[in-house]
Amino acid sequence: MLAPFFYDYMLTALWVSTLVGAVCGLLSGFITLKGWSLMGDALSHAVVPGVALAYLAGLPFALGAFTSGLLAAAAMSFVKLKTPVREDAVIGVVFTAFFAFGILLISLFPAQLDLKSIIFGNILAIAPGDVVQLLAISAVCLAVLALQWRDLLLFSFDPNQARTLGLPVRRLHLTLLLLLSATTVAALQAVGAILVVAMLITPGATAYLLTDRFGRMLLLGSAIGALTAFAGAYASYFLDGATGGCIVVLQTLGFFLAFLFGPKHGLLAARRARRRLCLIPPALAP
Amino acid sequence: MKPAPEQPLTLVARGVTVTYPNGHAALADASFALAGGTICALVGANGSGKSTLFKALMGFLTPDAGNVTISGAPVRQAQRRGWVAYVPQAEEVDWTFPVNVHDVVMMGRYGYMNFLRVPRSVDREAVAAALHRVGLWELRDRQIGELSGGQKKRVFVARALAQQGRIILLDEPFTGVDVKTEEAIVTLLRELRAEGRLILVSTHNLGSVPEFCDQVVLINRTVLACGPTSEVFTAENLQRAFGGALRHFDLSRSTVEAHDGRHVTVLTDDERPLVLGQGGHLEYRDRSAHEKLVADREAGKGLRGSSE
Repeated sequence: MLAPFFYDYMLTALWVSTLVGAVCGLLSGFITLKGWSLMGDALSHAVVPGVALAYLAGLPFALGAFTSGLLAAAAMSFVKLKTPVREDAVIGVVFTAFFAFGILLISLFPAQLDLKSIIFGNILAIAPGDVVQLLAISAVCLAVLALQWRDLLLFSFDPNQARTLGLPVRRLHLTLLLLLSATTVAALQAVGAILVVAMLITPGATAYLLTDRFGRMLLLGSAIGALTAFAGAYASYFLDGATGGCIVVLQTLGFFLAFLFGPKHGLLAARRARRRLCLIPPALAP
Repeated sequence: MKPAPEQPLTLVARGVTVTYPNGHAALADASFALAGGTICALVGANGSGKSTLFKALMGFLTPDAGNVTISGAPVRQAQRRGWVAYVPQAEEVDWTFPVNVHDVVMMGRYGYMNFLRVPRSVDREAVAAALHRVGLWELRDRQIGELSGGQKKRVFVARALAQQGRIILLDEPFTGVDVKTEEAIVTLLRELRAEGRLILVSTHNLGSVPEFCDQVVLINRTVLACGPTSEVFTAENLQRAFGGALRHFDLSRSTVEAHDGRHVTVLTDDERPLVLGQGGHLEYRDRSAHEKLVADREAGKGLRGSSE
């Protein structure tokens, strides 16, 4: 059972996955409450051409991914502002355009670029340079969230109140968008472009079913993210399966359990509450 | 030039003009002035520019021309001091958000906290006092979605109190609220008025305005009239503000008059009806609060020779 811990590449995969899972899980609380799930999905696809170009040019992959993601976000808000097309359609048009361009680039340079590792992630073969990049991204995200989470909470819950208090609402919006892009980039290596969005939504959605307090929801989301990422990477060693697939399947399992057994919002709790309500009238009846 | 907090509170709009990107004017040359110690209604039909003016007053948008000042300073400066408090419409709030009553009221204190927004004892005391005042202290640990309509409204009034807002703006405070809660909120607003605060209520519920607002700003693309409710709320002014948008029922021409004498009961399902007397003066449900006005009218009627 301890076999994975004797290989350096497995050890790296385990702790990097755990870290990325924790950071994504922490942010997922904001993403689910702000209703940015689709935005997360869009950004995770939109970073692909940036990653491809960065590898081709020999630049840090995070730089390319980050630039590409921000370009896509800027393109979305520009098109939304200038046309009456609905927001979800605009997001759909822009992110598929970026993704398609990325796929095209990868197919044009098959020798330098590996389609599979970009789309599905390859944490087992992560390069030491990429580990440093992930570490830097995670540290910055954790620091920003630790310092600003209360402001971001107010911005998510009631932007008008934030404005009447003179808080920089536009900057908070941008901060959250940058955090989303950064964590997307970080999770890309672990689970790949397609499954990044699960890391950014499922832990938060699970935690939402388990608690009514925002602070607890953030911590729970982070813990769920870290735990599932670690367990997923560990399981993938024995299953010899895709790490990303293992992590996300575990996260979905966690969501399913919370959905069934959640103390307040779970299916069973709701049924119990209904039954209790139905029991009261006969007891009161003479 | 910084006004001291003791300086009397004023809210002044001068020639506020807001134009939409398509060149359409939402509001043109809107001007009015208010001072602390008043409950003022902002009344206008949908699309009258009422919410645009409301946003300009809160500093959510900058007018294309004209300006809004609070005690002589720009809105932003008053915001930084925490003077401007806002009570949102019920529909604007995400009631499923994982925050409890105490959390929401604490959000009113952010302006007084340090960069990390860690509450100090003075913040906790302000929140406790506000919760006691609106009668929600026992419910402080409830998730906000588990409250009744009236309690939900009071949470945000408590937040404005905890913020120690000197100007409190309420957006449609009585939609979806029962009559008993409405009265409780009105009582609280009267207390706040007595403390010298400026209460500004944006509403389309005409009937409740004369009952608790002493001043009115009437809006239709600009400020049509502004001043004491009894002077502004006339049939003629309301006709100008709402045009044909009001349903109008003239009792004197109805069948009820002949056989009912002076006794008529007006029922309405949700919003309180606005009742105007002969010649278009306001009729108050709560006559005791307006004794002098009523006495004057009775005297006037006596001179003309009443048949009764």
